[in-house]
Amino acid sequence: MPLELFTVGEPIADTKAPRDVPIKDRWNERRFRARLVNPANRRRLSVIVVGTGLAGGSAAATLAEAGYRVKNFWFQDSPRRAHSVAAQGGINAAKNYRNDGDSVHRLFYDTVKGGDFRSREDNVHRLAEVSTAIIDQCVAQGVPFAREYGGLLDNRSFGGAQVSRTFYARGQTGQQLLYGAYQALERQIGLGNVEQHPRTEMLDLIVVDGRARGIVVRHLITGEITSHMADVVVLASGGYSNVFYLSTNAKGSNVTAAWRAHKRGALFANPCYTQIHPTCIPVSGDYQSKLTLMSESLRNDGRVWVPKERGDTRDPREIPEDERDYYLERIYPAFGNLVPRDIASRQAKNVCDEGRGVGPNGLGVYLDFSDSIQRLGRKAIEAKYGNLFDMYNRITGEDAYETGMRIYPAVHYTMGGLWVDYDLQSTIPGLFVIGEANFSDHGANRLGASALMQGLADGYFVLPNTINDYLADGPFEKVDATHPAVVEAEQAVKTQTEKLLSINGTRTVASFHRELGKLMWDLCGMERSEESLRKALDRIPEIRQEFWTNVKVSGEQGIFNQNLEHAGRVADFIELAELMCVDALHRNESCGGHFRAESQTPEGEALRDDENFAYVAAWEYTPENVPPVLHREALEYEYVHLAQRSYK
Amino acid sequence: MTSTETRTMSLTLRIWRQRDATKKGKMVTYHVTDVSPDMSFLEMLDVLNEKLILDGDDPVAFDHDCREGICGSCGLMINGIAHGPEQATVCQLHMRSFSDGDVLDIEPWRSGGFPVVKDLAVDRSAFDRIISAGGFISVPTGTAPDAHAVPVPKKDSDAAFDAATCIGCGACVAACPNGSAMLFTAAKVAHLGLLPQGQPERDARVLKMVGQQDAEDFGGCSNIGECSAVCPKGISMETISRLNHDLLGALRAGAVPTS
Repeated sequence: MPLELFTVGEPIADTKAPRDVPIKDRWNERRFRARLVNPANRRRLSVIVVGTGLAGGSAAATLAEAGYRVKNFWFQDSPRRAHSVAAQGGINAAKNYRNDGDSVHRLFYDTVKGGDFRSREDNVHRLAEVSTAIIDQCVAQGVPFAREYGGLLDNRSFGGAQVSRTFYARGQTGQQLLYGAYQALERQIGLGNVEQHPRTEMLDLIVVDGRARGIVVRHLITGEITSHMADVVVLASGGYSNVFYLSTNAKGSNVTAAWRAHKRGALFANPCYTQIHPTCIPVSGDYQSKLTLMSESLRNDGRVWVPKERGDTRDPREIPEDERDYYLERIYPAFGNLVPRDIASRQAKNVCDEGRGVGPNGLGVYLDFSDSIQRLGRKAIEAKYGNLFDMYNRITGEDAYETGMRIYPAVHYTMGGLWVDYDLQSTIPGLFVIGEANFSDHGANRLGASALMQGLADGYFVLPNTINDYLADGPFEKVDATHPAVVEAEQAVKTQTEKLLSINGTRTVASFHRELGKLMWDLCGMERSEESLRKALDRIPEIRQEFWTNVKVSGEQGIFNQNLEHAGRVADFIELAELMCVDALHRNESCGGHFRAESQTPEGEALRDDENFAYVAAWEYTPENVPPVLHREALEYEYVHLAQRSYK
Repeated sequence: MTSTETRTMSLTLRIWRQRDATKKGKMVTYHVTDVSPDMSFLEMLDVLNEKLILDGDDPVAFDHDCREGICGSCGLMINGIAHGPEQATVCQLHMRSFSDGDVLDIEPWRSGGFPVVKDLAVDRSAFDRIISAGGFISVPTGTAPDAHAVPVPKKDSDAAFDAATCIGCGACVAACPNGSAMLFTAAKVAHLGLLPQGQPERDARVLKMVGQQDAEDFGGCSNIGECSAVCPKGISMETISRLNHDLLGALRAGAVPTS
């Protein structure tokens, strides 16, 4: 590895998990050791929460219930629109309601293994522990989970799990969970405990005397740029899949809040760990603005196949059984169509690369329900997945009950994010990061139905306990708008905004975003190699250079200007993309969603390199043209023994 | 099997342009060509906007986010119909629903309760205030009993789910000749009122939510049913019956909303 790509700094480690007690006692012990804040003193302490998804919404509501003064910021018009709303499949919990051998330890074990041994054991164990309380909380809020005729909750097996531990609300689980958190948040807003800032985008973090003390925001309707102070700042700003332009994320999802915090000193961990979801609707044209996921719960009743022959363009109904290749069932007989996401995605890519893909551009595979419809009846399939079949029909104009679906992988989730310790605190004291925006629980690959679990675990149960320990030192010295750190941060935001509007070049923001996204998908996507990554690293600085000299941003600062919002986000995506490629290049191993061409078994499966890469790569920001600094957090596996994943 | 057809369309768009809440707006005509039938309606607007930007014109503002029909951000009147002809959010409306040469009038939601922010984007914060007034079950984090402590009959749970699918897009208000938000309010009243967990606050909830709805600039409900006809989630008029039932029950019982 040539040195100019990055330099190596001091190692980093979590110091908050009490490792002197067994893992099953650590969360209890941490809560005991963490200092508390007297309820009467909480009114004197203020908390900024950025985001209102499952993590941010649940945290803002819970912290307000606890008595803190919460200021909540989000860029949509309503907190109910955060992108958690779009999660379809379900949420895991170790309830063992099925008596099928599930337990906290098994959920912990499955999640560490599913993350391909690149997550932190302590955090994952805690996640499994609090999973059960999440379900209780949500049911009490009125979340209408699926139930059986006896009135009890239904469960299903999901995304590679061999136990049925997934709770779901038809194909709209994220929506219903989010509305539970949203309603709890609105209740606190109504009670005056949460100050709300809708249509407001965080554009910088204010750090005073080494502590995160506030944020600079732009009001998206008026364009007004203001600063807001607090004793602590919580980022719940989601993931960065939109660096790929086409992803299943909402159009507004962006990395800006996290990236600006990174530029202020928060380490960014494992940026190259992105998840490619196997069951999305294939791309139909150049104008395409986003990709739509079909819940992978469909794989419970659908069978994935392609024609055995290349270039077979017959209607799928005319292709006889013995000319179909049910390749997942063939390669992975034990797990079949339920192999984890990374494996299902890569195999779809492989068969399409062989020329056996289906659909207009050959980038698709069939997900076929005819067996299940025959066995269970169309009604049963409709009851389980009706909304997904309807969605498919609306987008493609095809009736999937008749033809099956065409699916192809798409970027869906990012496991990487700002580095946090066991308390979910970043490397900047007073900056906490929760939900998809942090990195800690999913390792190199997230299991299905565990994103919702993590978002709510962080927001309802983890952060509200750990943040007390930090706030016990507060209230901190008052910072007002005239403080040099505030003036500097606000000025930096204004300068960047003015710069974007003044370039007046010849290319649209969207054209840069599309170019960057395609480059990342081709060169830093499902499969990467040293060659592809070096190519990306040659090109990204050129894109950055051209962006800052030739972008055309319309309108002005003082109005509702969606083009200006997009420009700022794309500028950050370009910088992030470069770090992702450096991270991917330095990690010369395949793990989870990150398949490195140089590191595979003779059968073509991902080959991890635990000897050299069993660590978290936490990157320190450096100015342009100075290589980023790598800080390693060694990963130790005390309870789940390192093993090569096998789903055969 | 594939729906990808090579035909493309040319359309005339007459779009409401309004700089901000304080300025007067007007309809402006645009022509778009090479529209693929597989494009979503919003992708068609994206293409128009890129052209406007390159021409040095102000692109058309419209709210949108998930583009998979679930966040409730998008919403436009297309030829006078909320979300257009398919009873799906405009992000899920595809251009195959239109024909070459069509003339489309594109306007923001029209209601006093939803002031225009810019062009096609409106302020729907009144919906949040209705939820904030009482659209919840009071259960602070950590206080919940085991999820199986109270079984819920499947039919109640399913009916609650049907009401809970409301995405808060506001099409119901936009379609209502009275500009009423009754379907939105009723969906939440029905969702929570159908569940055992929602019973303790049932009377107070309906009084407070209806009270807030009346305090906003929405009209009254006269059971016309346009709301349900355009609702992308198919929220039924039955929810309004439930709301009225609960409201009368609460008033008869002399329940007083407490804050």
